[in-house]
Amino acid sequence: MTVLAIVLLVLGGWVVFTFNGLVKLRNQVTNAFRQIDVQLKRRHDLIPNLVESVKGEMKFEKETLERVIQARAAAVSAGQGGNTGDILAKEGMLTQALGRLIAISENYPNLKANESVKKLMEELTHTENQISFARQFYNDVVTKFNTDQQVFPTNMFAAMLGFSPAALWELPADSPERENPKVNLTV
Amino acid sequence: MTAGILALFVALFLFLGLGFDYFYGSFNPVAAPTFEYNDTGYYEARRAGAGSKIPFGTIISLLIGMGMAANSLLNGPRMVLRSTMARRAVSASEKERQLLNIVAEMATASGLPAPTAYVVPDSDLNAFATGTNPSNSVIAVTEGLLEHLNREELQAVVAHEMSHIRNYDMRLMTVLAGLIGAVALLSDFAGRTFRYGGRRSGSFGGSSSSSGGSGRKGGGGAVVLIFFAIWVVLIILAPLLSRMLAMAISRQREFLADASAAELTRNPLGLVSALEKIRRAVMPTSAINNGVAHMCITDPRGSLIEEKLGFTADVLATHPPMEKRILALKVMAYQAGNPQSA
Repeated sequence: MTVLAIVLLVLGGWVVFTFNGLVKLRNQVTNAFRQIDVQLKRRHDLIPNLVESVKGEMKFEKETLERVIQARAAAVSAGQGGNTGDILAKEGMLTQALGRLIAISENYPNLKANESVKKLMEELTHTENQISFARQFYNDVVTKFNTDQQVFPTNMFAAMLGFSPAALWELPADSPERENPKVNLTV
Repeated sequence: MTAGILALFVALFLFLGLGFDYFYGSFNPVAAPTFEYNDTGYYEARRAGAGSKIPFGTIISLLIGMGMAANSLLNGPRMVLRSTMARRAVSASEKERQLLNIVAEMATASGLPAPTAYVVPDSDLNAFATGTNPSNSVIAVTEGLLEHLNREELQAVVAHEMSHIRNYDMRLMTVLAGLIGAVALLSDFAGRTFRYGGRRSGSFGGSSSSSGGSGRKGGGGAVVLIFFAIWVVLIILAPLLSRMLAMAISRQREFLADASAAELTRNPLGLVSALEKIRRAVMPTSAINNGVAHMCITDPRGSLIEEKLGFTADVLATHPPMEKRILALKVMAYQAGNPQSA
């Protein structure tokens, strides 16, 4: 009788412990996902300033600048729509356009010497890094969350307790971010 | 590994402390009780000496050591920053703006609150982290580091410091400092007792205080003598031994911080090139006190010990040799074969 009670108590304690651990991770996953949003928003706010300040020097690169502006508008409206697949695709295009802009700007010594542009470029690099680190952290947390659900013996209870694996942040197969930015350096 | 060395450290401390109490105090948990006929007409078990179950020496030295460590834990970050004359990084300066950005990036990558960034006015290349927990932590870098490293390398260095914060190395090293202090106190107690006190009861084996000590006379004498000899040797070596153990743990944490930095940036080669730059600037960082050596990216006393491979470096340095750190990082980047598997 006592033995049975102890076994039940230990089992119950283990279930509570596992459940709480998984709840904690699930909330971390949600939080990490929101962090990516925060960084994407930051990027949207930064771009108009950036384009404004390089416009004068880069008048021969009108096309590149226009593509950045269009990609930003598309990404903003996709963000308001709230469709995750759409957001991924549009943000990917924006990353692509910005990568091209950064690569081309390396080609303009005047631009590189310009204090305010230098500051903006640093901010842009910072934002791009923030986005990729936010994604990296999100994927790390999701991997931990999923692993904790799938290891034995938790895998027998996880679904019963109402947990399901979260999706990793990955680029769709046809994402423009997968392509290398093509830069023509013959100016 | 760290846990193993820490356990060894605690074992050493207990051996010294309990030995002290055994030989000089009246601590003896295994003494056979003497039975005395008491007033109420029963035999009552009574141990030799009052309070013989409590190892006073051990407890007192531990309390004092931990008290000093707690003080350094509470006031440490402020004192360290003041002693290095560090100032807050400002966003007006271009390089410091970059530092602030990088610290924010590393906070994002590790999922911790962003530490406060400080700049130390020193032209040498070094950086350190301090703070009792991630929410009030500080990362400080020298001006020389800001000047000589590019963005990628600076990011790697900040990631290394962020890892010290994430692994709670500050707390670990504070506990170690407490143990070192306690061991030093014990060895000091013992040294004074050798000189001025002498063991209270004359012969070996009768070490259990003045009240009679009938417990272990005779047969146990030789064993106790051997134990006493080992204990004396250990007491004499204690300050050195405890420091060596602490340094061994410190080196382990450095390897761990390097590896976690690579995990945060996913770019071990950034840290490799940063370490190579830091290594070339071997002047001591005069602004940084030795007390925070274990929280730095490289030993502020100048990397002379760390340049050496071999016994001295294996025993006395706070950081592993640069050679080994760089090799470990290159293995992570698939640029060198793993020496352990070869």
